[in-house]
Amino acid sequence: MHLRGANGAGKSSLLEVLAGLRRPAAGVLRRDPDPLPLHWVGHRNALNPHLSAVENLRFWCEFNGHAVSRVAPALDRMALPAGARRRAVRTLSAGQKRRSALARLVLAPRPLWLLDEPLDGLDVDGIATFASLLSEHLNGGGIAVVTSHQALPKELPAVREWTLQR
Amino acid sequence: MNAMLAIFRRELLLAMRARTEWLMPPFFFTVVVTLFGLGAEPNDPKLAAFAPAILWVAALLSTLLTLERLFRADLEDGTLEQLCLGATPLAVVALAKLLGHWVLTGLPLVLLAAPLAVGLGVSSASVPTLVAGLALGTPCISLVGGFVAALTVGLPRGGLLLPALVLPLITPALIFGTGAVRAAQQGLDAGAPLYFLAAILVLSLTLIPWVASAALRNAFD
Repeated sequence: MHLRGANGAGKSSLLEVLAGLRRPAAGVLRRDPDPLPLHWVGHRNALNPHLSAVENLRFWCEFNGHAVSRVAPALDRMALPAGARRRAVRTLSAGQKRRSALARLVLAPRPLWLLDEPLDGLDVDGIATFASLLSEHLNGGGIAVVTSHQALPKELPAVREWTLQR
Repeated sequence: MNAMLAIFRRELLLAMRARTEWLMPPFFFTVVVTLFGLGAEPNDPKLAAFAPAILWVAALLSTLLTLERLFRADLEDGTLEQLCLGATPLAVVALAKLLGHWVLTGLPLVLLAAPLAVGLGVSSASVPTLVAGLALGTPCISLVGGFVAALTVGLPRGGLLLPALVLPLITPALIFGTGAVRAAQQGLDAGAPLYFLAAILVLSLTLIPWVASAALRNAFD
């Protein structure tokens, strides 16, 4: 599902409510008692600027109980250059930071992805890499809710568009 | 347990990367205590009487220096969102971060306290009581301060509010900690105030991770 809308329409807020990060200001959110495991990639990349991309992803593997051997393949999948992997995240470009954040999606398969402006900062190659990753997820039966100002890549299967009005 | 260890390791790694941030509390502690010694008359016996209060207040203020960044850095870079959504209870996450904070900030102060206390004229017989008191009290400061840091993490000027909220809350620990050393200096049994400090620590360890986790969740609303 592709959530669209003008600035301030509430795309990110809706996504945060869906993720369970915040309570809805009005209305009721009914939650399955056994919710689907989800991946969340928000506006902020969840990468500590003093650590490298590898160290950040190693932490998320250890925290979530996954093997740390998954880090290198995840960064390969997002095509993060080898030279950028061991540098402090604060020295990376916005696109490289976004690729490192999106690599978290590859660390462990989870059926629901909630992605807030995942294309921000990505170059053409980065968008193509992300599109192939998202296609793989959707073709494998996964669900994704994506907010984006930009049109999503055309090769994605079964994209439903919702436009939020203020 | 793996998640706790992962957070603990990350805190240590970050401390290695941002050394000045974590070296500041022991440096500040040493400077403040030394300045008191230099400011008093040489061999003034009153200094030994005031030493417990000087050391405890210096330890309290030194610990406050790093508290503001405890959760704020994670909020700013988006790590806190991921921690909230993880399978590990947020209370466990908060406990791991607070223990990490004590190891990096409180423990060095406990180790520095003995030589600094001797420098202020505290009798060697009272030093073990002082160290025991700080070993029980500094984790209380990290826990109570961590709770307030969690409570104020979403506020734009939370750092200004932090000392104003922490200092009154930590007063009982300060009273029992300094009281224990005074009792030891007078040759009395220091057991009772130390037991009270231990009770405060157990209460803080039991309750604060839960209330801090609730406060952290509120940061997004």
